[in-house]
Amino acid sequence: MEYTGAEIVCESLLKEGVEVIFGLPGGAVLPFYGALSGYPQLRHILVRHEQAAAMAADGYARATGKVGVCTATSGPGATNLVTGIAGAMMDSIPMVAITGQVPRPAIGRDAFQETDITGITLPITKHNMLVMDVDDIAPAIKEAFYIAQSGRPGPVLLDIPKDVLAGDRRPFVWPESIDLQGYEPPGEADEIQLNQAVELINQAERPVIMAGHGILISHAYAELRELAEKAQIPVITTLLGISSFPTDHFLHTGMPGMHGMAYASLAIDKADLLISLGMRFDDRVTGRLSDFAPNAKVVHVDVDPSEFHKNVKATVPVLGNLKQVLKQMLPLVDRKTHVEWLQYIDTLRAEHPSLYIRQTDELLPQFVMKQLSDITEGNSIIVTGVGQHQMWAAQHYAYKEPNSLLTSGGLGAMGFEVPAALGAKVGRPDKTVWSIAGDGGFQMTLCDLATAVENNIDVKFAILNNGTLGMVHQWQEFFYDKDFFATVYSGNPDFVKLAEAYGITGIRVTDKAQVDAAIRQAMETPGPVVVDFIVKQDEQVYPMIPAGESVNEIMEEPIPERIF
Amino acid sequence: MNGNGRHHTIIALVQDRPGVLTRVAGLFRRRGFNISSLAVGNSEQKGLSRMTFVVDGDQYTVDQATRQLDKLIEVVKVANISEEEIVSRELALIKVKVTPETRGEILEMVNPFRAEIVDVGAKSMVIEVTGSGDKIQALYGLLEPFGVLELMRTGRVAMVRGQSEARVSDDLVLDYHGDHLKVNEVYEVGSY
Repeated sequence: MEYTGAEIVCESLLKEGVEVIFGLPGGAVLPFYGALSGYPQLRHILVRHEQAAAMAADGYARATGKVGVCTATSGPGATNLVTGIAGAMMDSIPMVAITGQVPRPAIGRDAFQETDITGITLPITKHNMLVMDVDDIAPAIKEAFYIAQSGRPGPVLLDIPKDVLAGDRRPFVWPESIDLQGYEPPGEADEIQLNQAVELINQAERPVIMAGHGILISHAYAELRELAEKAQIPVITTLLGISSFPTDHFLHTGMPGMHGMAYASLAIDKADLLISLGMRFDDRVTGRLSDFAPNAKVVHVDVDPSEFHKNVKATVPVLGNLKQVLKQMLPLVDRKTHVEWLQYIDTLRAEHPSLYIRQTDELLPQFVMKQLSDITEGNSIIVTGVGQHQMWAAQHYAYKEPNSLLTSGGLGAMGFEVPAALGAKVGRPDKTVWSIAGDGGFQMTLCDLATAVENNIDVKFAILNNGTLGMVHQWQEFFYDKDFFATVYSGNPDFVKLAEAYGITGIRVTDKAQVDAAIRQAMETPGPVVVDFIVKQDEQVYPMIPAGESVNEIMEEPIPERIF
Repeated sequence: MNGNGRHHTIIALVQDRPGVLTRVAGLFRRRGFNISSLAVGNSEQKGLSRMTFVVDGDQYTVDQATRQLDKLIEVVKVANISEEEIVSRELALIKVKVTPETRGEILEMVNPFRAEIVDVGAKSMVIEVTGSGDKIQALYGLLEPFGVLELMRTGRVAMVRGQSEARVSDDLVLDYHGDHLKVNEVYEVGSY
């Protein structure tokens, strides 16, 4: 049996166990679509904008741990993928993007819909390839999937010219192995590093674990929990590390940094050891580096050696796969109780009730998140974009299951929440998936409500609608003399009517008393539902450590009556 | 050149694939520092090229860039050899204006540099010189008053010196024991 280049792509995707592809066709990629129609095992989900294809593939990858696949045509199709690919790069998401390219003889001639997409995506992919020969397709796909999901995961883009896809038929040869000289994902830790790290952990009096995305990527939840419990070490989770440790665990000490809980940031400030697991000391976590964790030594475990000493100098860097490293570490770590330290952190919690929601008749966005958390019992998958809604979702939802917050962390892309939620639901049809959006982000990608309708992807869309670009508005309030320029949306559509226009249920909530019923109605209604929560305007996210400052400059919400 | 100075010499073994130079050069630009010279050519291994970079920056920046470089899929090995005993050379072609009166003087000047005259024209002469950057700079300085029409330099190529009994092989790899990057020397006994 002989295959065209496009069919070889399909055969290769099947070999890699791909089940679903998010995409939108166009001229240069048409031969692939021609082949795809003959492969019903490869479910194709047609999006309305290529950015949604990349973001849905991202959401699918985050929710399942498998490689997300998206496809687009050359030129504008490919460039529309860019934001989604950049997000996957920043958050270490395994993704393979396949783009059509103009035929080989046309390359370099500024042909219709020609862009140098491998050039454009060079800094935002883990790797990319322009496949110039049909015989290179199968090896390129095998390499792409291996690179995307091994070591520190990331996106890989394959650009395939139309005539390579459409070219002469030939046998399909799936390479048995690949040879990537110089690419060797780390496994177990070196013993010298490991022993040094364990020594620091066993000596520490005020240790803190900072758990990042690496715990989720390497499925090391059980090992993390065992380490924390064995040595009684409080666990702080970064934004992308949220849900790597049970929120209701007594050692769970919240999220640090700019909008983290004050007690988490203060614990880091007083700690004598940071055990940093699969995290990269983002500036939103550290604030001013010179004042970050001034009393602490740092054990930094990561699979990517370029993270060591990048932002924070590691006393002991440990290179390795996090799950394997923790397994090595566990038997060597002493069983301990840090009673005084944990008691101290408890007093910090009492003095700084960062998650307190004030009593008011107004509809507060924090209240909506808290209600959603209570009603779903912390068991939904929550998908957010960037901004105030993202921070409230990070703060007030009590995540019970590993890997249940999918959020645009590193890139901070508005609009991620809609398509990524679609991808997550496609990957995890068994779970309730809530897309949490602001009215700003929702309008960036709402065109893909049609994708949800067309494919009956049962996502519940909650809009925390404050009629503003809330987070930017908040910065203007605090740092730009309340000059609210270009952050108020006065021409928002009626989101309920909009939902109805797409043929789905829309619910409007304007009063606190309606929240509970609305959430329940949304969950009881089969198929996608939009819930438009008209929340209080000018509500700020607290606590806040201003950019480039330290925990000493933390701003906390003024609380009228102390209840603790 | 010492490791804390401004100049660092980095060598990399890379797969000989289209776009690899863009990838490497782009990385340096993104991380915000300057390549003062770059030389690329085939290595002794088929399908692999060797690059020598001379870069400016403090130790932190150079360490970061070296590690980022190592992450590129097509980069097989990379090492900062600034603190090693190295042999380094650069080649330059200098086209200088000549007249019947100056010709003799220039020829004499070139001799101590062990430079070669590779082309003689009616009004100009091309001189080839090999050596350290300082040596090339010195010759250039002497020739400048006569009128240099063109200068072409290759950039530095560098190699770690061999030891008396064994050769430092190509297995210069980055190592992450402890705080600092170290060059791990692997010896191939008897291959010298």
